[in-house]
Amino acid sequence: MAKPVPAVEDNDRGFWEAANQGRLVVQNCSACNRMQMPPMATCSSCGKKDHLEWKDVRGRGRINGYCVQHDTRVASLREDMPFNTAVIELSEDPDIKFFSHLPGVPAGKVPVGADVEVIFQEVEPGQMIPEWKLA
Amino acid sequence: MTINTQTGWMRNRLGEGVWKNRGKVAVAGLGHSPVDRRWETGNFDKSLGAYSILAAQRAMEDAGITADQIDGIVSAPGPLGDNWGPSRPYFAPPYDSEDGITKVTAEWLARGLGIAPDKLKFASNEPPYIGLAWGYAIEAIATGKASTLLMLYPTGNIEGRYHQQTEKRLSGATKWPALWGWTGGSTYAYQFNEYTRRYGGSKAEVARFVANLRRNGLMVPWGYYTGRQQKEFTVEEYLAGRFINEPLNLYDNDLPVNASGCYVLTTAERAKDMKQKPVYIWNHAEHLATMRSTVQTLDEAQDWCEASARKTLEGAGLSVADIDIFNPYDGFTLFAQTWLEAFGWHGVKKGEALEFYKGDISVEGPHPFLSSGGNIGTGRTRTAIYTDTIEQLRGTAGPRQVRVRADTGIAGCVLPQTNGHVVFGKHLP
Repeated sequence: MAKPVPAVEDNDRGFWEAANQGRLVVQNCSACNRMQMPPMATCSSCGKKDHLEWKDVRGRGRINGYCVQHDTRVASLREDMPFNTAVIELSEDPDIKFFSHLPGVPAGKVPVGADVEVIFQEVEPGQMIPEWKLA
Repeated sequence: MTINTQTGWMRNRLGEGVWKNRGKVAVAGLGHSPVDRRWETGNFDKSLGAYSILAAQRAMEDAGITADQIDGIVSAPGPLGDNWGPSRPYFAPPYDSEDGITKVTAEWLARGLGIAPDKLKFASNEPPYIGLAWGYAIEAIATGKASTLLMLYPTGNIEGRYHQQTEKRLSGATKWPALWGWTGGSTYAYQFNEYTRRYGGSKAEVARFVANLRRNGLMVPWGYYTGRQQKEFTVEEYLAGRFINEPLNLYDNDLPVNASGCYVLTTAERAKDMKQKPVYIWNHAEHLATMRSTVQTLDEAQDWCEASARKTLEGAGLSVADIDIFNPYDGFTLFAQTWLEAFGWHGVKKGEALEFYKGDISVEGPHPFLSSGGNIGTGRTRTAIYTDTIEQLRGTAGPRQVRVRADTGIAGCVLPQTNGHVVFGKHLP
């Protein structure tokens, strides 16, 4: 499905650069040894910015839950309604959540609890975003 | 939802015991405008400003006071306004803002009521919504910033679809959910799915709850559906509603409206000399939370609501068994069941709300939950929950008047991650 495109901003530049290389990274505070997603300017735990780094993760996860979008506010997705939006919890830390359309899974037929792995989809030339497929 | 507000005034810590100002502030008056939809652009008789003046005049009349007795105004100016996105230019001069049109500040209301600026000891537009405005206004009285104030909550509704993201390139914090179409009630649809996976239940129980809210709403004289809906809303109508964020359908969402509500707050001492029997403030409590990752989970919502409930009751020196009237926020229907379980009203524990809805929750019955009709039953005024609680304690709720005791009540607003609650008492502590 046609997807909107992320604006690459200061806090998340490393995330999108990694995605464009086919890698999934998560912001990590080395002082707290704690990951956070989405990326932010400072650690949401200690408030500092000096210890934030990009940490490669395996790209494995589990479907935590979902809903089906019948009337989204995002104009570029409307032609694909209804569609799934699933919540993916990361294997390394289930508190870290991503979203996914689960390509290939019919709307409303989401197997909650199933294992998934990351893939990358090009949303405009040179810009990839992470998606997830059943493992 | 990011809330930008000062927090120093808030009662947001657990373990502080009973509020030292318990019973020292009272509600002396309330007033409401008509409730309608889609402001007819340019009709200044029905603008948010006109409705706010009307609501304030009615509140003062209810209290038996005049504008010269007001020395404070607190407004949560409204979710529309200059930065919200009217697609038209300002009207011809002297209009250079949306103030008085799609938002209403304290200063604008003062001018509209003919209150001279030097008569006002306190005017503020600090609170972003009514849940925090109540606590903020209560503190203004309790700390002597004002002796008698108007607390205004205007909410506008203009033409067009709201919050549409038409640009292809998404930026800022909202891009993370929006890239995947996660907007509106998606979070609460996801939480409802998780809820029913854990505890069982279905939309059939929610249908009973919604039908009862709509029934209660028809007993609110100014409710949006009152006079517009000729028969009671049914379970079948609810279940046939089109999905927005499945499993949430159209009727799980409140209806945006154009309306304004206003309350007179004063000291308990002064309230004795006003027209109505005072309703006393036993406590107010606020809660702001931050989600761990990209989405608010059911666990987080439950934890935050429980924290709010503990603070709310602790400051009042009451247990939930003492609470007669319970009007939590219901702007998405799921909120109400989360609040119900978090407070444990009428013994409802985590996972039991939908079963509770199978019982008698009518205003005539033993468990008159959300006797106000809430937002779902009256439109997105966010005022019905407060007005009903006050009226129930006064004994003036008319056909909505509950048959059980109505000496204490709680109303609160808005989301699990950001909210304020007020404990009202018919009697002094």
